[in-house]
Amino acid sequence: MGQIQLKQVTKSFGDVQVIPPLDLTIQDGEFTVFVGPSGCGKSTLLRLIAGLEDITSGTIDIDGVDATDLVPAKRKLAMVFQSYALYPHMSVRKNIAFPLKMAKMDQAEIERRVNGAAEVLNLADYIDRRPGQLSGGQRQRVAIGRAIVREPSAFLFDEPLSNLDAALRVGMRLEISELHERLKTTMIYVTHDQVEAMTMADKIVVLRAGHIEQVGSPLELYHKPRNLFVAGFIGSPKMNLIDGQEAAKHDAHTIGVRPEHIDVVESDGLWQGTVGVAEHLGSDTFLHIHNTGFGEMMTVRAAGEVNLRHGDKIHLNPRVEEIHRFDSKGLRIA
Amino acid sequence: MARAVTSRRKLINTTAAWAVGLLIFFPILWTILTSFKTEGQAIASPPIFLGFDWTLENYKTVMERSNYARFLWNSIIIAGLSTIIGLIVAVPAAWSMAFVPSRRTKDILLWMLSTKMLPAVGVLYPIYLLFIKMGLLDSRAGLVVVMMLINLPIIVWMLYTYFREIPGEILEAARMDGATLKEEVLYILTPMAIPGIASTMLLNFILAWNEAFWTLNLTAVNAAPLTAFIASYSSPEGLFFAKLSAASTMAIAPILILGWFSQKQLVRGLTFGAVK
Repeated sequence: MGQIQLKQVTKSFGDVQVIPPLDLTIQDGEFTVFVGPSGCGKSTLLRLIAGLEDITSGTIDIDGVDATDLVPAKRKLAMVFQSYALYPHMSVRKNIAFPLKMAKMDQAEIERRVNGAAEVLNLADYIDRRPGQLSGGQRQRVAIGRAIVREPSAFLFDEPLSNLDAALRVGMRLEISELHERLKTTMIYVTHDQVEAMTMADKIVVLRAGHIEQVGSPLELYHKPRNLFVAGFIGSPKMNLIDGQEAAKHDAHTIGVRPEHIDVVESDGLWQGTVGVAEHLGSDTFLHIHNTGFGEMMTVRAAGEVNLRHGDKIHLNPRVEEIHRFDSKGLRIA
Repeated sequence: MARAVTSRRKLINTTAAWAVGLLIFFPILWTILTSFKTEGQAIASPPIFLGFDWTLENYKTVMERSNYARFLWNSIIIAGLSTIIGLIVAVPAAWSMAFVPSRRTKDILLWMLSTKMLPAVGVLYPIYLLFIKMGLLDSRAGLVVVMMLINLPIIVWMLYTYFREIPGEILEAARMDGATLKEEVLYILTPMAIPGIASTMLLNFILAWNEAFWTLNLTAVNAAPLTAFIASYSSPEGLFFAKLSAASTMAIAPILILGWFSQKQLVRGLTFGAVK
């Protein structure tokens, strides 16, 4: 069990309200990602659920029980911190055993669980070392080990991968996803990286200034962003947003077209421009186009083999059925 | 390019460091040497550096004339107890300021430090009167309290800077792991803070040991520590430099030995926070 329900939760620091009234239900077993730009309140929300911060008003239910006034230890949640937060004076084994020791579990059971976690996370080789002697990736594994031995009703991850280098990050991302597949435990994961959100989540919660902008599956958010903010935030490279006359042709205040939904054509394209920078990734080429007449620079995702250079004239055709339309308030027009 | 440290530069730096070190140590060395001279050699002009007749006469006289053991015991009691009580008061104070800071924490810290900016003699009169009223004059208990209070700001500051280096997330992790406040302090905070607590304790002990203003003004016989012991050789019967030096050497020897064995710990504590 691991259903978490937030009802009319608010949080203020002094006079500043960082979380306006917010309702959210996280189903048992779901992998939920809180995503948003820095300062959007996603970490605060996680810390409210953890009990590390007191909520100003509202209630938090965990497994159907009101947990609003419970101390962190009594909420049956485990947390993995951005800085790993390992105990530097304890060996890996003792770090992982610490929550079990606090739960007054008997020694044999502690041993069994620590060895189990060590095996799952490949920690056996450095189980007797101190955290200071481990690499970033190894430390992160220990932190996850310390979380899983408790068999919590939900895991909370606070930007756990942002201290790792790019290659390691991709590896750990997969490991955490696999861990979720195996354990089927509720996980709440906070990140500012929309790629992490898209690849890992069952459900994404997009936050801005403490408000929930949209909740949905990764593909829902990609195909049907509810407003301009979500449209601009989800997807990489960013969606091209065009105002004015071009938008008016589609009966909208603003239209959005993703870079992958614009085709490069030889001639007679609906839109024209000149290539500013062509970024060759091998598999794809990202073209940054100037002088389209729409004000902003436009990004187009073309095939890897495209042979275009700075200054080349280019013709473009957007796929009309993939155009997103928004009204003057920035809300999606169905 | 990394800054190249040439061997010439290294030599200059090392020589300069030794020169400064010796300059600071020289008065102590001179005191120790003088304690082995006769009174005549001690005031000889030009001064004799090493070529004198070494004698233990001064130490013998000092031991006969005063009760060294009693002074030593008073010093140990006053410095030791004031340090321990100071830590008992300062640890929770520094703890709360470092981990649960409020908007006023910085002000409180500065205000505490400001008490050290007042010349001690400025409060001598009220404290002296208080001591008379409370019957604390020339008592070890009174001196322990005063010594604890005057060093408290330094203890709190040192512990505060030390605790602040302990990341809050580690304490939060312990809380998430089910540790109660007591367990958090016992299993996580204290082991992580032990080097800081130890160096604070050491420094405070040394400060209390060497403190002379209050010990000289508030004690006479019963509670007089080693600083009073030195002072007792300074005046009435004229100047006896050799005996004064012997008394000084005996007074600073214990703390010098303690400092020597714990210098690594001390330096670490004093430079902590300067370099991250």
